[in-house]
Amino acid sequence: MQTLEQPIETRGYVHPDKLVSTDWLAEHLNDPQVIIVESNEDSLLYPSGHIPGAYEIDWTRDLNDPVRRDYLQSAEFAALMSRVGANPDSLIVLYGDKNNWWATYSLWVLELFGHKNTRILDGGRLKWVKEGRDLTREVPSAMNSGYPEVNRDDKTQRAYRDEVMAHLETAGKRIDVRSPDEYSGAKLHMPEYPNEGALRGGHIPGAKSVPWAKAINPEDGTFKTSDELKVIYQDGADAHPTDDVVVYCRIGERSSHTWFVLKYLLGYPQVRNYDGSWTEWGNLVGVPIEK
Amino acid sequence: MPIPAKLQEYLDDLAIFTDRQDHIEYLIALSDDYKHPDAASFVRIEEKKVPGCESEVFIEAVPNGSSVDYRFAVDNPQGISAMAMAAILQSSLSGASRDEIAAVQEDIVFKIFGNELSMGKNLGLTNMVRIVKLLASR
Repeated sequence: MQTLEQPIETRGYVHPDKLVSTDWLAEHLNDPQVIIVESNEDSLLYPSGHIPGAYEIDWTRDLNDPVRRDYLQSAEFAALMSRVGANPDSLIVLYGDKNNWWATYSLWVLELFGHKNTRILDGGRLKWVKEGRDLTREVPSAMNSGYPEVNRDDKTQRAYRDEVMAHLETAGKRIDVRSPDEYSGAKLHMPEYPNEGALRGGHIPGAKSVPWAKAINPEDGTFKTSDELKVIYQDGADAHPTDDVVVYCRIGERSSHTWFVLKYLLGYPQVRNYDGSWTEWGNLVGVPIEK
Repeated sequence: MPIPAKLQEYLDDLAIFTDRQDHIEYLIALSDDYKHPDAASFVRIEEKKVPGCESEVFIEAVPNGSSVDYRFAVDNPQGISAMAMAAILQSSLSGASRDEIAAVQEDIVFKIFGNELSMGKNLGLTNMVRIVKLLASR
């Protein structure tokens, strides 16, 4: 059983350098080489108080195309990175609410554009606040660092529906990170919930159910140890580092959290996030569905 | 049947804001009006819990003449939006007539918070509205 303060470097991760602790970040608040970014689901959280010096990246306004269902394009990404003062080599530390759910989503989008020098604050906003560390409402000035336009890579870490269809014919593993009720399709029939925007309930054939939050210690939002994660994903879902893995949820945000865990904490080389997820698959005509 | 006058005042005030940041600051100020009840004064039981709300919100309605007074408990200290919603609903619906409360529509969530809510956040806040309406109808 992991203690709450088990150091990141002793947890057995393949890439422990993708996480920073709250202690580390507190020591680097004034480090000009470190750019801090908060990404939340709740748009009121950042303005109500954030880590000193942190910029905000909002998942709806900043990361998504306002018209098409897609992410921002090269020019918009360059403008976003310039606003937070980044250059292509900048170290960007991301954190947020919901156990870093939205922070990992932002990190995934950053890495689609090839910005790999990223870290996640272990425990996210929850741990920082629980530890009574400083928050401020002062918003840092927008920068203009001249970040260059770079092409987005939609092949390596992202899966489209046709690729998921092809994946069904392979030995690859699929992980559904939604809640068990969403996985089983029961959620569409619960009277107090909306239908989540999908006409059909269930899951992609062959997908194993591993709700995303299983990777987290709920007390402080830190990630579980490598051994604990292996029990969840390898023993529990039969997904191993040699597998070609596709993860999905409803719109690709929760699954970006699992993508981060598999790719960086457990070191799986081939993990893609199907961001079309259930809002696409559950509405497609003729695709196979399991319940 | 019109909605309660104080709720309409909130909606009118919110409709004034054209600047997103001003709108957010106003909502944060409303969340500061939320008073968190301790465990002794507000018993958390499953029947009072708002389904689908990740901010762990509980609502109870105490009969007050022909109306009800509402009390809210938002147990997630990060649940700023839920706190703002609780403050609005508690102050504007407590003591209102049951017919006025029944006239409140779920779309007040968008009128209050705008259209940038995630589906999960929208679900939780909408369910707060549904529960207060349900409690008033009993």
